[in-house]
Amino acid sequence: MIAEIGSFSLMIALAVALVLGTLPIVGAHRGNVAWMNLARPAARALFLFVLIAAACLVISFLRDDFSVQYVASNSTRELPVRYKVAAFWGGHEGSMLLWLLILSFWMLAVSFFSRHLPQAMVARILGVMGLIGVGFLLFILLTSSPFTRLIPAPAEGRDLNPLLQDPGMVAHPPMLYMGYVGFSVAFAFAIGALLGGNLDATWARWSRPWTTVAWSFLTLGICLGSAWAYWTLGWGGWWFWDPVENASFMPWLAGTALMHSLAVTEKRGGFKVWTVLLAIFAFSLSLLGTFLVRSGVLTSVHAFANDPRRGVFILLFLSIVIGGSLALFAWRAPKVGLGERFELASRETMLLTNNVLFLSAAGAVLLGTLYPLFLDALGLDKISVGPPYFDAVFVPLMTPALFLMGIGPLARWKQTSLPEIGVRLKWAFGVSVATALLAPLAFGHWSGLTAFGLWLALWIFAATAVNLWSRVRPFAGPGLLVRLGSLPRGYLGMLTAHVGVAVFITGVTVVKSYESEKDVQMDIGDTVAIAPYTFEFRGVTGGARENYVYQRGLFQVSKNGHLVLSMTPEKRRFISQSEPSTIAAIDLMRGLYISLGEPVGNTAWVVRVYSKPLVALIWGGCLVMAFGGALALSDRRYRLARAADREATTMSGVPA
Amino acid sequence: MMRYLRFLIPLAAFFVLSGFLFKGLWLDPKLVPSPLIDKPAPEFHLTQVSDPGRIVSREDMLGKVWMLNVWASWCVSCREEHPVLVDFAKSGIVPIYGLDYKDTRDAALKSLDQMGNPYQVTLFDPDGRVGIDYGVTGVPETYVIDKTGTIRFKQIGPITPDILHEKILPLVRKLNA
Repeated sequence: MIAEIGSFSLMIALAVALVLGTLPIVGAHRGNVAWMNLARPAARALFLFVLIAAACLVISFLRDDFSVQYVASNSTRELPVRYKVAAFWGGHEGSMLLWLLILSFWMLAVSFFSRHLPQAMVARILGVMGLIGVGFLLFILLTSSPFTRLIPAPAEGRDLNPLLQDPGMVAHPPMLYMGYVGFSVAFAFAIGALLGGNLDATWARWSRPWTTVAWSFLTLGICLGSAWAYWTLGWGGWWFWDPVENASFMPWLAGTALMHSLAVTEKRGGFKVWTVLLAIFAFSLSLLGTFLVRSGVLTSVHAFANDPRRGVFILLFLSIVIGGSLALFAWRAPKVGLGERFELASRETMLLTNNVLFLSAAGAVLLGTLYPLFLDALGLDKISVGPPYFDAVFVPLMTPALFLMGIGPLARWKQTSLPEIGVRLKWAFGVSVATALLAPLAFGHWSGLTAFGLWLALWIFAATAVNLWSRVRPFAGPGLLVRLGSLPRGYLGMLTAHVGVAVFITGVTVVKSYESEKDVQMDIGDTVAIAPYTFEFRGVTGGARENYVYQRGLFQVSKNGHLVLSMTPEKRRFISQSEPSTIAAIDLMRGLYISLGEPVGNTAWVVRVYSKPLVALIWGGCLVMAFGGALALSDRRYRLARAADREATTMSGVPA
Repeated sequence: MMRYLRFLIPLAAFFVLSGFLFKGLWLDPKLVPSPLIDKPAPEFHLTQVSDPGRIVSREDMLGKVWMLNVWASWCVSCREEHPVLVDFAKSGIVPIYGLDYKDTRDAALKSLDQMGNPYQVTLFDPDGRVGIDYGVTGVPETYVIDKTGTIRFKQIGPITPDILHEKILPLVRKLNA
């Protein structure tokens, strides 16, 4: 019964979404206020019905209702409750429902935080999001319903994929989708503005916080995914340039470009066409990512042999949404005027360069991800594109972007004096170069690439410090913190995010330069050394937990003869699964990593021991970036602007 | 005019992209053709699982179309595939030879006892040398070898009834014709 309520609720949601996707948009076009006013209540109703459906799925999992096929495929009675909830997004059908739930959540958020917007704009934005919702609802109802019954019901379910039974995996998909789908808001703003013909600074100011919040979530989501891979795949890798990872990274790159482009549109009224295009790109790449991951075009075997309808459906949907919005762009964009003029040496130019670089990077990742498919489709060859390609294109594209990151925030709008910036940054440059040349020596081995990577990070740190100091110094006031607190949050958020990038670069450079790995067979009492640590293997003990049996190795790690910590990597074998899964033992602060390979004989094991100094900075940097986004979001400018808009609206009487 | 055309570039690029994606829906990214296809099957001289005294070699097989199925008692996917092979062997259309890969005789014989034996003969490859010569990447894998000792087909992963009827059977008929 519960599953049928879920299904029925989705059907009602489809009806609501159809109303939302048509009447308010037509109303905005004809100036019909009653139709426009449908947008908010319809968006809220849509959220309610999708939420009911989602709740029905959760209840089915909690009640072990294996007569629901999706539950039978992704759960067992023994599965711990937290994973029964997370099993919601453990498979295809549930993932799509999660996508829809988050989309309608963003619509709910827009319906509440849009009081300052003209009614026609709200109607168009929610209408466009409603249309996206129609597509996903049709997809779920026609090809991927999580509520399909399995009669007769099996006595026991097939269990959640053990790789997904991990705390990181519980949070990763919702975070990632909050980011992916969050770009739908900026997208809807862009389409709404194209439809209404009001692409201007106000439009950019409205879009900015939504873009920033989506970007922050996406940053966190990618970060969690990377950490999850580090913990559970047992190879000590944190990024693989795998198609699934790339699928989440491309919208991030486009979203980063969009955030910077929006800044120009808001402050200077420039780059409007660019900004609109980037908003379309960011969300299109999110949709494309969903398609690539869910369709199995690039990843899994025979994903379509069972149900080609799914792939055709998503592709059709993709063509309508992306093709339609790009056609609208081609129709409307030529009429959009240019913004204010700017000189070659100006903040605009630097942000434009940033845009071009980030978009090229996204294009390069797209090309690398799809290249095997292109060749295969043309019948030319079967190849796979790996990290060497991505490293080779990515580093040269990002290097100038990182260098500009130091200069850009100091440059003035419209026209800036390069010699003046040179004078202001000469110390930052000198200090960063000197430190970068010497720092590798502290790790015991000097290489040009290491020094260069560290220099980029140090340059951003130093230039950011100079920038901050130049803003803080003129204030006469009590403590430094008070003076910092009086700076605009948007500005602080930007600097924080830039520092996050520098932290990330430091982590990547040090890990890449100084990681070492020992792949050894160890028996009880054997030791292996990675300076300055010695690892002693003390054997493996077995045991059982909720729904798996485990074998846990004990390693005692000592430094200069003193025991510093014990590490306990595990092999877990889940009930109903044949392949064991690996849980590495990780000490983040020291950058140590041990994973158990295969047993050899009675007591010996193949063991992988890695030392990855400063690896924590890779995720730490991402967290700092996301925090920067949150900081920018709390800028009082947005609240003030809202109040001003509201006033303007009331003064002019009827909402436009 | 050119000014307007410029704005159509993203749309055009997207259409090209979706064309490829559409084509991609019917391609299998994991399907890598074996470099051994249409090449002579590598040499082997192996004892039988059931009889350490009898050796079978590549030359013994010349003159007939046969299937070589690489399996092991420890391989889970092989259990999935096994009933399909047992069923197919009854039809007698093509002789199936087993290659017991990195296994022990006892375990292999016990498995065949329990699950049925589709093989004319099971070759014993305890250290996996012959498997490596044949480019085995994972068990199970299946080869179709023709009368001249040339590999004509390779399947990575379990044989399903679909693969059997759509790929292997037509090929065997053609080779026997």
